[in-house]
Amino acid sequence: MKKLFYYGSFVMMFSFVTTANANVSDSLKLASPGKVVADADNAGLKLPNGFGALKVAEGVGSARHLTVTSQGDIYIKLGRINKGVGNLRLIDSDGDGKADKTIGFGNYGGTGIAIKNGYLYASSDEEVFRYKLNEKNEVINPESPEKIITGLISRREHESKSIVLDNNGYIYVNIGAFSNSCQEVDRAKGSMGRMPCPVLDSAGGIWRFKADKLNQTYGDGKRYATGLRNVVGLDWNQQLNQLFVMQHGRDQLHDIFPDLYDVNANAELPAETMYALKDGSNAGWPYVYYDPAQKKKILAPEYGGDGKKEGGKDAIDPVMAFPAHLAPDGLLFYTGNMFPERYKNGAFIAFHGSWNRAPLPQEGYYVAFVPFENGKPTGKWEIFANGFSGQEVVTSTRGAAHRPCGLAQGPDGSLYVSDDSKGTIYRIIYNGK
Amino acid sequence: MQRKLLFGILPFTAINVLFAQKSVPPANKQKSIENGKTIYLQRCLACHQADGGGVPHLNAPLDGATAVVADDKGKLIRIVLKGMSERVEIDGEYYGNNMASHADLKDQQIADVLTYIRNSWTNKASAVSVAEVKAIRAKIK
Repeated sequence: MKKLFYYGSFVMMFSFVTTANANVSDSLKLASPGKVVADADNAGLKLPNGFGALKVAEGVGSARHLTVTSQGDIYIKLGRINKGVGNLRLIDSDGDGKADKTIGFGNYGGTGIAIKNGYLYASSDEEVFRYKLNEKNEVINPESPEKIITGLISRREHESKSIVLDNNGYIYVNIGAFSNSCQEVDRAKGSMGRMPCPVLDSAGGIWRFKADKLNQTYGDGKRYATGLRNVVGLDWNQQLNQLFVMQHGRDQLHDIFPDLYDVNANAELPAETMYALKDGSNAGWPYVYYDPAQKKKILAPEYGGDGKKEGGKDAIDPVMAFPAHLAPDGLLFYTGNMFPERYKNGAFIAFHGSWNRAPLPQEGYYVAFVPFENGKPTGKWEIFANGFSGQEVVTSTRGAAHRPCGLAQGPDGSLYVSDDSKGTIYRIIYNGK
Repeated sequence: MQRKLLFGILPFTAINVLFAQKSVPPANKQKSIENGKTIYLQRCLACHQADGGGVPHLNAPLDGATAVVADDKGKLIRIVLKGMSERVEIDGEYYGNNMASHADLKDQQIADVLTYIRNSWTNKASAVSVAEVKAIRAKIK
């Protein structure tokens, strides 16, 4: 009750100030200097009770992954060069939560960005660079990064190179398969799978490299895990000291094998999957896919499967299965103290949103949460933040207003979400008690 | 009227083809659009979506795309026959997914589906004729 009153009086004060002053962000600063408050409409998001959201910035470009420094600056990797730059640093100099200064650098688009041991790491679709940071986590030489990794395969499909670092001096890079299901002819009706799948030699897995060695390529690194069609969201679980990834499952079972899969089966198969990886793990692509209803690894039709035959005896099972085609592009294990206890060590997943469910309605376009304890899920996944698409039902992918992609945690425990469609940066805070 | 004219010059096949390429009568165009929709739902909708909007960064849009409504229909016919697996810029954007060949469709079906996509959503362009498809298919064989 008291909370409601406080909120009401704040809104009144806010509207009073805004009528007196045309500049909304200036008036917010006057109303509450140095205090981060949710936007009146929670930035258009639907959130659990006690949570609020604000737009930190809008229209920054195709914001893929992002990371937040201990000072609260936000580094963003843009998918495409925007206004001449591919990396951004957003600064909120007065602490009201809204970025008021932007610094751009780097002439390449990409997806991956991470901070570790005094360096900012950022990836293009072929290379990984790193920039030395000063004690305030500012890039010292924005125009002369060190090239850590070079020559990675990028052949149109699944070209983004997501990155994450461990605590032992290694960097892990996703190299997505340049194929949907390793057919003789990619995505062609009835075309069978190549055996063994040659894509796996140089892609379709996670490669590990030294975090501090220059100009490494395939021969210097190691194929750490294989049988992963495409991973965009990945994170290092600090509790288990282990790599977790989200795989984008295969597309077009109906288009390719219409006699085995109708459009409804196509929309629900296969699962998007979370894996806990170890050195040498194999997740089974392209030979199997995971059926979320049967809870089994099913032999792919390209390799003689009929929708029932099991396969992948040497392949690992997922930690958790999610509905098909949702496109998990961001994964973050929450270690902050701002959110209620049940969120601690749990996984947030940014689902970019589907396209391969047509003619059925599309799904996703939200941030999901999975509660974890001691590195194991303790419950089902749930939708945490919804409303990015701005639509009740998304019937066509381009109709979605915003598409969640990257996740990051701020020093105060705020959760940041990037949108690579309109370039909105969201900050989700908890203000309940 | 036009049909009568064509019948009149039927023996001159070369001229006949020339005329067929130039224009498809309005009634035929409408029928072609209707038949083309059926093909679209079966072959194209999954990737290019119900509104022809495609999928940003993955599958090219058809609605409002310069290459789709271009006067030169050859490029469009070639994509349907051969598929698409090159990195090409389409109206300022690149698309990642490969498109399979649809050469198994009959010339009439390709003409119909292309006439449909050239005249759906915000697109308004001339019909694609069977002769045009036949001519391109002969070239790439």
